[in-house]
Amino acid sequence: MPPDLLAQSAGCLQRNDWICGDYVSSRAELILSSLGQHVTLTVVSVLIGLLLALPLGLFAFRFPTARAFVLGGSTVLYTIPSLAMFSLLLPFTGLSATTVVVGLVLYSLTILVRNVVAGLQAVPADVVESAVGTGYGPLSLLMRVMLPLALPTIFAGVRVATVSTVALVTVGAILGNGGLGNLIYSGLRTQFQAEVLTATVIVVALAVVADLLLVLVQRSLTPWQRAPR
Amino acid sequence: MSALSDVLDWFADSSHWEGTGGVPNRLLEHLGLTAAALGIACAVAVPLALWLGHLGRGGPFAINLSNIGRAVPTFAILVLLAIGPLGFGPRATVTALVLFAIPPILTNGYVGMREVDRDIVEAARGVGLGPLQIVRTVELPLAVPLLMNGIRLAAVQVVATATIAALVAGGGLGNIILLGFGTQDQATVVAGAVLVAAFALAVELLFLGLGRRLDPVGRLRRRA
Repeated sequence: MPPDLLAQSAGCLQRNDWICGDYVSSRAELILSSLGQHVTLTVVSVLIGLLLALPLGLFAFRFPTARAFVLGGSTVLYTIPSLAMFSLLLPFTGLSATTVVVGLVLYSLTILVRNVVAGLQAVPADVVESAVGTGYGPLSLLMRVMLPLALPTIFAGVRVATVSTVALVTVGAILGNGGLGNLIYSGLRTQFQAEVLTATVIVVALAVVADLLLVLVQRSLTPWQRAPR
Repeated sequence: MSALSDVLDWFADSSHWEGTGGVPNRLLEHLGLTAAALGIACAVAVPLALWLGHLGRGGPFAINLSNIGRAVPTFAILVLLAIGPLGFGPRATVTALVLFAIPPILTNGYVGMREVDRDIVEAARGVGLGPLQIVRTVELPLAVPLLMNGIRLAAVQVVATATIAALVAGGGLGNIILLGFGTQDQATVVAGAVLVAAFALAVELLFLGLGRRLDPVGRLRRRA
């Protein structure tokens, strides 16, 4: 049989097509487990980032001297390229998922701290004054007035951090822990077009879905923003 | 700490400063990739941002482009372009770098132009300035801080993506990191990462300073 006829009968995997149903059906398990790792790495990194950013942001908001330090430090961290960040962490946490998570936490932290500070700064002074006037103590003022009012800005940060983290996880492939990035990396070495394109499309779709989910969560957390004007 | 002294030893070793794989050559490659991509991206995105911003058209496009750019993994686009029609090499790398440099410039340039006080633009039109003169002498000078902010973000993005490009098409400081991973030599990995981080911070500082120098309003304010 001539080679072109052979290729036609052999299907999209042998032809190395960009779009290939056989790839998805034959590697479904690997794709799903990579997607699972991608989601886990993203969720863990953003959650830890948020848990650290809230107290750090409060601290920076409360003390202006610390603010310049915290915001300056976060700019420096954010400037360091992802591949270099993972590499710099290598002596401490080795070739592991921990290294990827620590790097991603540092990135999401820098985005989130900024938005926590900006959100708190945007709370109108007269609102704070009336709350203090009606007898709110420092803690209830923070928990029941300031944080709820800062929530939309903080949430905007969570959305940006989540979407960037979904994209950045792929670079973790250099440490063998990049979720769908692992598929892109192996596809690069074997020039396997369907593998690279499929993984890329899933990563972008994951970012979009995560963003939409966060919009829904934000709506349910800030019902007053939906009130008719 | 032995890891630290290993890295210092790496930098002290003169063989790491010579030849194709040496620090000076890798630095030059990184600089060349960054400058080429940023130059092309500015040539495309700055006029487009000024034009759309002046007309006040295409806002959703100009603003959402950055959000889309954030959701697309740079690593994936580098790989897609390299195993695709462009092939492994500088063409695929520079194309990917340009694609990721355009959104921040376009978005920030557009917002900068739109945030110029409409009264000032009206006044300029009232004294008889034409559209090009308004852009050149009124809107652009006032949009400089945000436009330069966009170019700075793009430059940092390009430096970061050029590092990852070593995985795909070779060239740049990322190669030192990859060589370290390939030979399981931690000192080389960390030394490469230190060089990359220092390069990125230098670019960030350069564009912060440049933005400050080029902002005519800020300069007047400092003089006052």
